Amino acid sequence: MHVHRFERVWLVAALVMIVLFVGTVTYGAVGAGYGMVDDEGGQVDATDPAASESFRDPGVYRGNDSDHYDVYVEARRFAFVPGTAEPIRVPADSTVTFHVVSADVLHGFEVAGTNINTMAIPGQMAVVTAEFDEAREYGLVCNEYCGAGHHTMAGTLEVVPRSEFNATAEVQS
Amino acid sequence: MAHAHDDRTTESTEEPELTTGERLAFVDQYPSAARITRLCFGTSFTALLIGAVLGIIQALHRTNVFRGVISSSDYYSVLTGHGVLLALFFTIFFLSGAFTWGTTRSLGRDLVDPRFSLGWFGLQLAGAVAVATAIFGGFVGQIPFEADVLYTFYAPLQAHPLFYAGLAVWLIGTWLAGVDWIRSYLRWRSDNAGERIPLQTFMVLTTTLMWYISTIGVAVEVLVFLLPLSLGLIESVDPLLTRTLFWFFGHPVVYFWLMPAYFAWYTILPKLAGGRLFSDPLARVVFVLFLILSTPVGFHHQYADPGVAEGFKFVAMTNTMFLLLPSFLTAFTVVASMEYGARKRGGSGYFGWMKALPWANPAFAGMALAGLMFAAGGFSGIVNAGMNINSLIHNTLWVPGHFHLTVGTASALTMMALSYWLYPQVTGKRLQLYGLAQVQPYVWFIGMALMSNAMHRAGLAGVPRRTAEPQYSQFSFEAALGSIPEMRLQIAAGGALLALGAVLFGAVMLATWFADRGRGRLRVDSHLPEPISGPEDSPRVLDNVKLWAVVAVVLVAIAYGFPIFSMVADGPFDPAAPPVPVGVVDTALGAIVG
Repeated sequence: MHVHRFERVWLVAALVMIVLFVGTVTYGAVGAGYGMVDDEGGQVDATDPAASESFRDPGVYRGNDSDHYDVYVEARRFAFVPGTAEPIRVPADSTVTFHVVSADVLHGFEVAGTNINTMAIPGQMAVVTAEFDEAREYGLVCNEYCGAGHHTMAGTLEVVPRSEFNATAEVQS
Repeated sequence: MAHAHDDRTTESTEEPELTTGERLAFVDQYPSAARITRLCFGTSFTALLIGAVLGIIQALHRTNVFRGVISSSDYYSVLTGHGVLLALFFTIFFLSGAFTWGTTRSLGRDLVDPRFSLGWFGLQLAGAVAVATAIFGGFVGQIPFEADVLYTFYAPLQAHPLFYAGLAVWLIGTWLAGVDWIRSYLRWRSDNAGERIPLQTFMVLTTTLMWYISTIGVAVEVLVFLLPLSLGLIESVDPLLTRTLFWFFGHPVVYFWLMPAYFAWYTILPKLAGGRLFSDPLARVVFVLFLILSTPVGFHHQYADPGVAEGFKFVAMTNTMFLLLPSFLTAFTVVASMEYGARKRGGSGYFGWMKALPWANPAFAGMALAGLMFAAGGFSGIVNAGMNINSLIHNTLWVPGHFHLTVGTASALTMMALSYWLYPQVTGKRLQLYGLAQVQPYVWFIGMALMSNAMHRAGLAGVPRRTAEPQYSQFSFEAALGSIPEMRLQIAAGGALLALGAVLFGAVMLATWFADRGRGRLRVDSHLPEPISGPEDSPRVLDNVKLWAVVAVVLVAIAYGFPIFSMVADGPFDPAAPPVPVGVVDTALGAIVG
């Protein structure tokens, strides 16, 4: 097959670029340790997630390590529990694992301006881990259409200085 | 505007048989195919104009510039209409018309059975009207139709059964259209054993096979799950399974938007530029790559989904990146063909040749500008494809920013440009309001540049897509590049220009439709010059579309077999999510929205 010389050069350059793109993603997963949302959360009940063993009552829990917290969030039309009625509060310099479920339709769980961004699908539990270094406030957004009140579904995540974080009051056991 | 009608002189030298003064347009040679193409185009343009009106309502509403038309809870009816009418009906009706023209022209024979062709058009139209009725019923309280489920109709949100039934009927119409094209090809083949498949027909065949493979996903989703659910025949669905079936279809559908554009860029744009296609073999390679790689990539829309193992996402990511290859090859061939044409027209210099291109010919300008914008869309698409950086922009305004460059410009503007060239040939009428047609591609280009750049940047700030409100009471977005009010202004201004662009296009087409059928020659004709490097330079195996279809099915089975098996193995309706009908204002909504 006759392929013009310029076209061959272009073809090889494009292939090299594609391999590099795949390489950067592979590096992100293996080298930098970026964990995708996947099936590790397992399945939960599609209408009553808290009835499943793997999903605890919504709230903030102390994790295995001293700097680690687990946050259980239930999304339902049109609120995050916790998050909307009261903010999710975690201390600075901590590692936080979010366990996100939906009790009705598809929702999104996005911490605005960060890469904490997962779908909440009825019947599945999404697990996302992130590190919070500094104290600041983030917005929470539902970024998947969930019905006529979708645009009201938002909340806040407060990362507070360690000194202000009252573990006994704010962490469930 | 110095080159306004230069293309006419080029054509008349290449078309000595047409200098007799008697019109011999496509419509005169193949009246049945011309009629089907006209019907498809008419439906397509109607969908485009309605979709554009909905688009400007959305752009002004969600940027808070003007909100007098709809309430925020009606926004989603508008958004569903915009998505379905433009992404499914404008594009696929256009594809049906253009492919009917392309197979007829390149095989040199009219429709096998015009009634059969009218039948598939009728089915497509009936399905589309049913779907539109279900969607727009949502605006009227007294009508029991509701379908505010958006173009992706994720379960367990549930629309009126008419929405799903209409989709199914429309889909059957598209399948029969494919049968029509394949049948034309087989008739041709029986008379022309051993010949290479004409390039346009080759493109139609590969695209049609791709459509058959990928629509299996949405057909199963609609017929096995969503339609029975909406009729109350089953009580629940597995939302992850139905979503996966949707994206089995939902990514390949991107290529059905794009394939008519590629079809035009490869076979028509070189002529409009004054030259010839650079390489026929590479064009075939590109379409074969699309056929085999388009479907096993759907999980890249589900990077953020729980319940899907990272390995499957990785496979989809790798396939997606390799799918860049046919687009890179296209960029080369299209630019090389244009440069060849420009140099033939007397252009010179490294970049100076571009000045010799016929920028005042709306068909050329539209396609060239569309191609340019597709390059920008390609780069933002690479970000989407990158599994990990995707987390930053998933479901943000970045994503519609991206696909308004691809489907909203690369496809849409190319289709409009192709119409300026093709519509006169299927009607036998000269293009009217030529001056409006000349500015239209530039209006569209500028409008999209404003709207899309702002949407991309807003997405980086975390502004979500698919929402009626520009801000939330709980917090405000922080922009890294520019400011949020400036982005909103650009989105509104860009949206207004795009609506103007659609109206200009509609005016040109309507005026042409109502114009007299003169006896004079058209400005344009269907003759397409031979490529510089013809099909004889390529191995015959490229034309073995059956082989490529088998390869495509095997790749789909590898990418989807295990994940779908694991979702179905625990029961196809489990985890069981009951339906949530849209349009029923539940008490929770009443309390929050007031």
